[in-house]
Amino acid sequence: MKTYLLSIYQPDGPAPEAAVLEPIMRGLATLTKDLQDAGAFVFSAGLCPPDTATVVRSGATGALVTDGPFTEGKEHLGGFTVIQAPDLDAALKWGERMAAVTTLPIEVRPFQQ
Amino acid sequence: MTDPIGDVHRAEYGRAVAVLTRYLGDLDLAEEAVQDAFTVAAERWPREGLPPSPAGWIITTARNRAVDRLRREAVRGEKEAEAVRMRGDEPVGDHEDLLRLIFTCCHPALRQEAQVALTLRLLGGLSTPAIAAAFLVPEPTMAQRIVRAKAKIRDAGIPYRVPGDDELAQRVQPVLAVLYLIFNEGYAASSGPALTRDDLCTEAIRLTRMLAGLMPAEPEVQGLLALMLLIAARRPARTTVDGALIRLGDQDRSRWDRALVEEGQAIVRSCVQLSRPGPYQIQAAVNAVHSIAPTAPATDWAAILTLYDQLMAVTPTAVVTLNRAVALAEVHGPAPALEIVDRLPLDGYYVFHTVRAELLSALGRAKEATAEFERAAGATGNEAERAYLLRRSRLG
Repeated sequence: MKTYLLSIYQPDGPAPEAAVLEPIMRGLATLTKDLQDAGAFVFSAGLCPPDTATVVRSGATGALVTDGPFTEGKEHLGGFTVIQAPDLDAALKWGERMAAVTTLPIEVRPFQQ
Repeated sequence: MTDPIGDVHRAEYGRAVAVLTRYLGDLDLAEEAVQDAFTVAAERWPREGLPPSPAGWIITTARNRAVDRLRREAVRGEKEAEAVRMRGDEPVGDHEDLLRLIFTCCHPALRQEAQVALTLRLLGGLSTPAIAAAFLVPEPTMAQRIVRAKAKIRDAGIPYRVPGDDELAQRVQPVLAVLYLIFNEGYAASSGPALTRDDLCTEAIRLTRMLAGLMPAEPEVQGLLALMLLIAARRPARTTVDGALIRLGDQDRSRWDRALVEEGQAIVRSCVQLSRPGPYQIQAAVNAVHSIAPTAPATDWAAILTLYDQLMAVTPTAVVTLNRAVALAEVHGPAPALEIVDRLPLDGYYVFHTVRAELLSALGRAKEATAEFERAAGATGNEAERAYLLRRSRLG
């Protein structure tokens, strides 16, 4: 078994309206349940918006703290799920379902063994 | 000049890597083991002569080498070595292994340039310099591309298997692209003394035939097979006895392989009936038109131009534009064709310079034609091709 990070990339800006968000959240809950039933689920989290992020760097005179995300872009990491799968094809199948539920691109990335 | 080890290497390298990958579950270990086996062969064969089955000898030696290597590595140990030894005793399904390897090399999670490089390296057994030359990229770039692709297969867990029926139609597209590139590399070798590397063409046709058997309802697989057969049919007429190149228009058509021509034409006809055209089927149809003409002047260039118009609608690339220009020159003369060719960003591609030179020559611009033929000769690594172009340049 290999471990994969499924990252959800979402566009910057305000969150979708409840009417849009509600079926997505329901779909994600079903997907999580299916992952659990299949024994593939490890961990999952949704993140607060990028403007709540803080970057800290180690400098010569101590920590340098800056407000905001590490990279400014049109998209940001909105949440992620860690899964276990026998190979990339199996992981991509879960990723494909997540992309269909969220209507967002999903990055599938292997953990170091 | 005979080079028995080189011949075995070209013909059997891919099969050996495919079989060893099944034993070992790792491409790098498999390649290492096969390379080890060829190193041993290079020591022994000149002294002891070729074994009765060189391919079997390479696979057995590679397996034994891998077992020794695994035994020496404490982390893997005796158990894994024994497992590899046992798996080595299973009946060998070469075709299945080759297909598995090709679907791994052409996995959609790899970018196409990596798929092509890996397939040529692992299935074709081509050297990194040859692959780099075929794709007009610097050698270190190609080396890095191969290393990265192998690392991704290992780290991301790209599986070593043939996709299921539900994915097969989609997964076969990159495989077709890669097989056609191998065929072309075989038909017009990027470097070396011989014009063609028939073993690569044979291997490409063999793999495509296998795919065609696996996916009889996919017209593009059939189209690619027909395309390869129709081009390969001209092989006996394409070179003189001393290996010099003869262009399509000058070939003795009675020397074409009739069996291959008829098989190719039959596939094109059945594709037309399916009415689901695609780039390979259209290119096969172009070659079917050539194959029907009893003499070069009898070629139906108008039909070929129409087919290239269709091809441009699906794949409007510079190379397709270049090929279309050749047909255009036959139908409407060299001047409008040269106008199109001059706008193409294909500087350094020998076919581009050859076409340009022929058009200049047809327009009576002999001096420019000579210079352009020389440019073409300088851009090809194939010696037979270069000799032809230099001969041609003297004619202006």
